[in-house]
Amino acid sequence: MKVLVPVKRAVDFNVKIRVKADNSGIELNNVKMSMNPFDEIAIEEATKLKEAGTVTEIIAVTIGPDKAQETLRTAMAIGADRGILVETDAPTDIGGVEPLAVAKTLKALVEKEKPDFVIMGKQSIDDDSNQTGQMLAALLNWPQGTFASKVELNDGKATVTREIDGGLETIEINLPAVITTDLRLNEPRYASLPNIMKAKKKPLDVMKPEDLNIDYTPRLSVVKVTEPPKRVGGGKVADVDELIDKLRNEAKVI
Amino acid sequence: MSILILAEHDHQSIKPVTLNVVTAARQIDADVHILIAGTDCSAAADEASKIHGITKVLKSDAPELSHRLAENLTPIIVGLADSYSHILAPATTFGKNVMPRVAALLDTQQISDISAIHDADTFDRPFYAGNAIATVKSSDAKKVITVRGTAFDPTKSEGGTSPIEDVASNGDSSLSNFVKQELSKSDRPELTSAKIVVSGGRGVGSGENFALIDALADKLGAAVGASRAAVDAGYVPNDYQVGQTGKVVAPELYIAVGISGAIQHLAGMKDSKYIVAINKDEEAPIFGVADYGLVGDLFDIVPELTEKL
Ligand SMILES: Cc1cc2nc3c(=O)[nH]c(=O)nc-3n(C[C@H](O)[C@H](O)[C@H](O)COP(=O)(O)OP(=O)(O)OC[C@H]3O[C@@H](n4cnc5c(N)ncnc54)[C@H](O)[C@@H]3O)c2cc1C
Ligand SMILES: Nc1ncnc2c1ncn2[C@@H]1O[C@H](COP(=O)(O)O)[C@@H](O)[C@H]1O
Repeated sequence: MKVLVPVKRAVDFNVKIRVKADNSGIELNNVKMSMNPFDEIAIEEATKLKEAGTVTEIIAVTIGPDKAQETLRTAMAIGADRGILVETDAPTDIGGVEPLAVAKTLKALVEKEKPDFVIMGKQSIDDDSNQTGQMLAALLNWPQGTFASKVELNDGKATVTREIDGGLETIEINLPAVITTDLRLNEPRYASLPNIMKAKKKPLDVMKPEDLNIDYTPRLSVVKVTEPPKRVGGGKVADVDELIDKLRNEAKVI
Repeated sequence: MSILILAEHDHQSIKPVTLNVVTAARQIDADVHILIAGTDCSAAADEASKIHGITKVLKSDAPELSHRLAENLTPIIVGLADSYSHILAPATTFGKNVMPRVAALLDTQQISDISAIHDADTFDRPFYAGNAIATVKSSDAKKVITVRGTAFDPTKSEGGTSPIEDVASNGDSSLSNFVKQELSKSDRPELTSAKIVVSGGRGVGSGENFALIDALADKLGAAVGASRAAVDAGYVPNDYQVGQTGKVVAPELYIAVGISGAIQHLAGMKDSKYIVAINKDEEAPIFGVADYGLVGDLFDIVPELTEKL
């Protein structure tokens, strides 16, 4: 089976971001960027399926700046066979390429590459949209298995265990399908040095949104970006008695 | 034009978060309809018709809607969309699963997880784990929106008498099938609407030790939550997770026990009214957001607190 894995270059999850002084967006200069953690999980899952013999080819796709080639190389170091960059200088967190446009781009690539399924992150940790996978599934009229913590493939179907608000749900979806990953699906490996070296030689295609006829004009214009109200924390109590007293008589919450 | 809300319900009754979505909808327009799509869902529809501020209930009652499969729900909503300017759902795993599918078919860029409404086109939404708030203005003719429940007060569940109208389902998509559900059972209040939440982290050390957290929660009539580390370690089920990629809570009182306070955890609880942190590391970032920090060993503090309450 052939699988397509969209991977996004996003601010590293350890970075404490800052809002730009002119409130136009987030300060991204000299900030560490990494692969969106959910997408690492997606690549790991695809790689495991390849090691198990179920998957034969993994294509990693990213939409982003020239630098996003690094993200594709990371995907290839984990297990992707080749990469496709759809290059754009538009921001990918806000005010630029939006989930709908990403989904349309991915649809065009799916039609070209004809994968048996797509596995991708449930959410980008920068825009926190949680939309793209569901949108792609809708545009293709494919079923979706979102927020997956377990995936089993058999007989043209995928059995997906989903993390939902009340617990877990298992559904069976026909392939082709879109699967989106939750955190507990697997633990992504660290790419080994030899694999990082090998990844440098794997094929990487670069194309432009125009090549796929996709319009990246945003539908949402950014009026402003602000910091949330700062919480005044740092208060301390000496012991349990003082804590109970404060909760009862100061906060009046118990 | 009117507003349509996709209700979250279990066929019998409406999930409380739906009431928060009604409040948000009414900030946009007074004509608010609510869709109950389910199986044998008359009870839920009746309950919906009593919600204050709802002008019409649409009921789609069909066997293929018993498990809220997005593939079956989407065509119903898309079919209704012509009459509505805004379509809203809660930003729960239910709403997050269905709404982007609707948005894509309507060629609309969804606005996820809104926390404030400026006007019919302009909304606030947190991003970057809540470390920034974006005010965005949509140029789409139709808005598809998920609503952060904790950002809007619930509307009254009583007082309305709206008519109930039947809407046909589009049948089974044959794309997906429900297999099973394993829901955590608990007599405690639901995490996202509880007044008090007690959460445990990796510091709690084991599933057995979580009994300490449970005992404190029960004393306070609180819900129990957890950090991702505690869930990953298997101390508690996944639906306890509070944070950027788990649940967002904003209770009157949040008690974080043995939780360091990573930004992804703070994203899910920092809008709580009062925060208590119990941690043995006085440098732990959680103290930076705590109103009442207590430095010390949770295995001494938590039993003492439970005892003295
Ligand atoms: C993409 C992504 C998404 C994420 N989403 C979430 C999310 O939604 N929610 C979430 O919570 N995390 C999330 N995380 C994980 C997050 O980064 C942290 O790893 C996690 O929150 C840490 O959990 P913790 O505080 O319980 O554990 P730790 O950071 O290990 O902290 C344990 C704390 O317990 C204290 N402690 C230990 N023993 C005791 C004792 N006896 N008495 C008192 N204190 C004690 C320690 O001092 C320490 O501060 C996410 C991470 C990523 C990459
Ligand atoms: N610019 C992008 N390039 C590649 N994949 C993306 C991009 N944006 C989003 N995705 C994919 O869509 C998932 C969900 O993202 P979002 O809908 O933005 O929260 C991510 O985890 C990625 O797998």
